[in-house]
Amino acid sequence: MPEAPVPAVDGWFDTEPEPHLIGARCPSCGTVAFPPEIFGCPNPRCESFDDLERVPLSRRGRVWSFSVNHFAAPPPALSPEPFEPYAVAGVELAEERIVVLGRVAEGAALDGLKVGDEMEIIIEPIIPGADELVWKWKPVNA
Amino acid sequence: MTGGRVAVLGSGMHPWGKWGKNFVSYGVVAAREALRDAGMAWTDVQFVAGGETVRNGYPGYVAGSTFAQALGWSGARIATNYAACASGAQAIDAARARILAGLCDVALVIGSDTTPKGFLAPSGGERRTDADWLRFRLVGATNPTYFALYARRRMELYGETEADWAQVKVKNARHGLNNPNARYRKEVAVEDVLRSQMVSDPLRLLQICTTSDGAAALVLTSMEYAKRHGVADPVTVAAVSTVTPTFPQTVVEMPYLATDSAATVAPPERLFRDAIAHAALEEAGIGPEDLSLAEVYDLSTALELDWYENIGLCKEGEAVKLLHDGDTSLGGRVPVNPSGGLACFGEAVPAQAIAQVCEVTWQLRGQAEGRQVENATVGLTINQGLFGHGSSVICVR
Repeated sequence: MPEAPVPAVDGWFDTEPEPHLIGARCPSCGTVAFPPEIFGCPNPRCESFDDLERVPLSRRGRVWSFSVNHFAAPPPALSPEPFEPYAVAGVELAEERIVVLGRVAEGAALDGLKVGDEMEIIIEPIIPGADELVWKWKPVNA
Repeated sequence: MTGGRVAVLGSGMHPWGKWGKNFVSYGVVAAREALRDAGMAWTDVQFVAGGETVRNGYPGYVAGSTFAQALGWSGARIATNYAACASGAQAIDAARARILAGLCDVALVIGSDTTPKGFLAPSGGERRTDADWLRFRLVGATNPTYFALYARRRMELYGETEADWAQVKVKNARHGLNNPNARYRKEVAVEDVLRSQMVSDPLRLLQICTTSDGAAALVLTSMEYAKRHGVADPVTVAAVSTVTPTFPQTVVEMPYLATDSAATVAPPERLFRDAIAHAALEEAGIGPEDLSLAEVYDLSTALELDWYENIGLCKEGEAVKLLHDGDTSLGGRVPVNPSGGLACFGEAVPAQAIAQVCEVTWQLRGQAEGRQVENATVGLTINQGLFGHGSSVICVR
């Protein structure tokens, strides 16, 4: 039996109760950041040295921009054999006002993708069969 | 914040190409060319600033020392600067600061690289705390992926097309035809661009610059030294902008996978690329209307259009009009990339920002044969390096 896939990075996302990204929130000024592995509040005018809290981020957002890649990215990127074009989307989370890049989910139609489309986070292997999990963006109306 | 000036007495390059030799050999050629151009000897140099290359092992990490040894140990002081694509500007800034502080009169700035084929990739090993490693592993986000995200924003906001961007390539290819240091010296038609392979949609192969081998060097001196050396009217460096972003950074930049949040603090008055240009213009005490020419980092054709707006050559969304009106072509109001730009050179990372200043120097001296901007007096160079490195230099004569 192959081992079950594990998160490619620890503490950046979770699948329970529903798939979501994890941000870091400053308890003093309320600034939220992703990824959460930061070393203090990113707001330069915040005087707080408090520990940042872990908070779940919005599960949905809208496409800020995207690209469909027609060539395999070099290692350490993972690419299927034979290579299939894959899309990368920047999705703006409305509440946090953070744009987060991610691969577009396996099987999503890349032809119809548009700026402004609503996307939802899912957790999948980086490529089919990979033993590392990552967040991806899936079109809500697909 | 107008600062003191330093003189550019020498400018030299090793031609760009894919030569496959040791990067040190190109750097030595560029340095000797710059010294010859200045009419000076290597032993006149008191300070060497090297742009670091991360692709050539330890000698690349200590580029300042590597070039000093290759030219023959002379006791000169050295520094090595790494700021990705902005490394050259940081090396220029280090040399300028040392001269203006009165710590030396003569500095040599050198950048050189030997690049692999294909996409630039992170260094080897498994580094799950390195944003550059993670963007490849987690998302497959190559450099052209980021260029494509910005390009598609222009399509979305301003209705631009691939054919609009292709005109940038056509212009730059024409500009570079007679540049002896350019790697590609061939006319390109819009149809060639639109028929080239799709790489990162919406950017095709000929809308993206390649990676190259090449080297560039500058001899910088104090104004006093230039006068003693018999150069009464040298090209001068009037500003070097090496600013970083201001929080919240609302455009996703290499190698990061997310922007800052704009929910608690309003975005700054100037986004990063605007701020790079603004700081340079302010330091030189001039406005964009004073520029005779600009050398901008056309990593993609669409990105060249972004720079027009970032510098203030036109308002947001009007870059294509400026291009189509011929304003940024040789013979136009403010030619952009008269050298041919990255479209004709390809990118040799630590050399490129220095090469931009070499071109401006030749333009301001009236020595840019076959691509000369008439009556050029003020030139601006601009680019940015990943991890938030700004890079802009203004030269005046």
